[in-house]
Amino acid sequence: MLSSVNILVGGAFHAAVLFLVACGLQIVFGVQKIVNLACGSFYAIGAYFGITALALAFQMHVPVFGYIPVLVGSGLLLAAFLGPVVERVLRFIYHRDEHFQLLLTFAFVLMFEDIIRIIWGASPRQTENIYQVFGEFHLASGMTIPAYNLIVIAVAIALSLVLGWFLQRTRFGKIVRATAENAAMCEALCIDVSRVYMVVFTLGVALGTTGGALVVPATAASLDMGVELIVDAFAVVVIGGLGSMPGALVGALIVGFVRAAAISIYPEFEVLAIYVLVIAVLILRPRGLLGKAI
Amino acid sequence: MSLAETTAAPATRNMAKFAYAVPVIGFALIAVFPYIAGPHYTILMFSAMGFAIALFGLNLLFGFTGLLPFGHAMFLAIGAYTAAYLTAAKYMSLELILLTAAAAAIVIAIPVGLLCIRYIKIYFGMLTLAFSMLLYSFLFKFYKITGGDEGLRIKMPTPSLFDLSKHDTITILTGPLYYYVFGLMLVLALIMWRIVDSPFGLGLRAIRENEQKAKYLGVNVQRYRLVAFVVAGVYGALGGVIVAIPVGLADPSLAYWVQSGNLVFMLLLGGYTNFFGPVLGAVLFIFFQDQLMSYTEYWRLTFGVLLAVIVIFFPNGLMAVIDRRRWWST
Repeated sequence: MLSSVNILVGGAFHAAVLFLVACGLQIVFGVQKIVNLACGSFYAIGAYFGITALALAFQMHVPVFGYIPVLVGSGLLLAAFLGPVVERVLRFIYHRDEHFQLLLTFAFVLMFEDIIRIIWGASPRQTENIYQVFGEFHLASGMTIPAYNLIVIAVAIALSLVLGWFLQRTRFGKIVRATAENAAMCEALCIDVSRVYMVVFTLGVALGTTGGALVVPATAASLDMGVELIVDAFAVVVIGGLGSMPGALVGALIVGFVRAAAISIYPEFEVLAIYVLVIAVLILRPRGLLGKAI
Repeated sequence: MSLAETTAAPATRNMAKFAYAVPVIGFALIAVFPYIAGPHYTILMFSAMGFAIALFGLNLLFGFTGLLPFGHAMFLAIGAYTAAYLTAAKYMSLELILLTAAAAAIVIAIPVGLLCIRYIKIYFGMLTLAFSMLLYSFLFKFYKITGGDEGLRIKMPTPSLFDLSKHDTITILTGPLYYYVFGLMLVLALIMWRIVDSPFGLGLRAIRENEQKAKYLGVNVQRYRLVAFVVAGVYGALGGVIVAIPVGLADPSLAYWVQSGNLVFMLLLGGYTNFFGPVLGAVLFIFFQDQLMSYTEYWRLTFGVLLAVIVIFFPNGLMAVIDRRRWWST
């Protein structure tokens, strides 16, 4: 009983963060057809930036309920700076073979690892007891659930609803989906496709940085968190289907729960189980559970 | 007969007289290297030759067949762990280790290849990445079999050609074993040249250019791709054995996806459009990394910028800048 609640809450927490980062990967792939290896790096730099933002908020005596807006805001602010710059560099190779696009994002993985090292140093960083500040829920059977985990899950759901509304209901969202469908036709219809690409990529970065910022009160920020997360986010999009938002949700839930279950039942299989699943999906249904036909 | 030969303009065909100039000068430099550089740099060159062997295989897939694996480091790990297991069991013969590593690579590359080659482009890359991460997490987590994150020690293997019993490690690595590996690299490069210069190699290029047309011409696309994948795997494992010998350790990071990314980086640096790009890429990467690391701890930033510049401005790599002729083109 104890372990099953742990698996559920831990899995949902991990799934919520993974979902945000995977959404960033999906939207960039869906519209720009680029597999962005650097999305893990945006997650990592978002985490470090979140810690700095929290420390500032602490000094300015921001009340406890203000911490979450500070974290989300720091993610968005960082993305507004990073997104357009990185997208500008990627623009050199939009017309080229996708292998080169993948490699250019790998170049950003290398760069961001050192940029983090230069700004924040090599040792892991942690926030001070923010995690406990939010308190915990006591269940009838004497178990406790950290409230912060539930808050992050709620924030992730809220952010994904906003994203869904933006893509489905707004005029610009419709333009984004049209560009994903056929960029050349959109260009012919006088849509500024390079602006759409810039906004979409920045949005992808924002999902990564916000995901990273939300995770720091619960875990320490370390230099390898980016390259480690990309492995999970990648599993999410393959299982769910490249370019599919509902797929990212399904994939994130599967990876989150499988990982949480493996950690508490048989730790040796933590990553192995996920990759066996990825390979099974790629063999049996290469488009992913909810993806479009290749 | 190579594709380059048939398509070369008359002016460039005359240049074929000097076609051997750049590679011969390059290999001659590597041959005299232990005499002009200290042991530290000679051992670096030793690892670079190991990477060059692995990259010859990688280029058969990327440069010749048009498939980019993003998990090729998996085979480096297979080679390194084979060396670790055999030397731990007192089988010290280098030939035996190389043959076993090649056999292990074949045994693993056939089923993995059969699954991977069903896909092309980004999906092929992702599936190979998934398999390499599978191997990585196995090596990392199953402590009792694989030594976990500490890895396994590799004792100095002995080639049957020389008697090395009375030398110390550095003398072996910079002397007899250096030339053994140099010879191995030359032989493997020659074999690779025979492969890409054969009708099979032409078939691979035809697949790269246009899969549909290749199929109409009677090329068995899937079988060609599988053979290319297995050969690339064997080269990867042989390279892995050589790379791991000077380190003396087989550890899981060899199979990590960043290592696969670095392999592709090396290939791109040297140039996938040239047959000798792998050698140049491996040597430049290893030495540049060593120099940068001694100046600054932020070598990744420099490398990231370098990779970005290469991808954007010199996608054909440095070998294409040095040697513009098409004689050795892929």
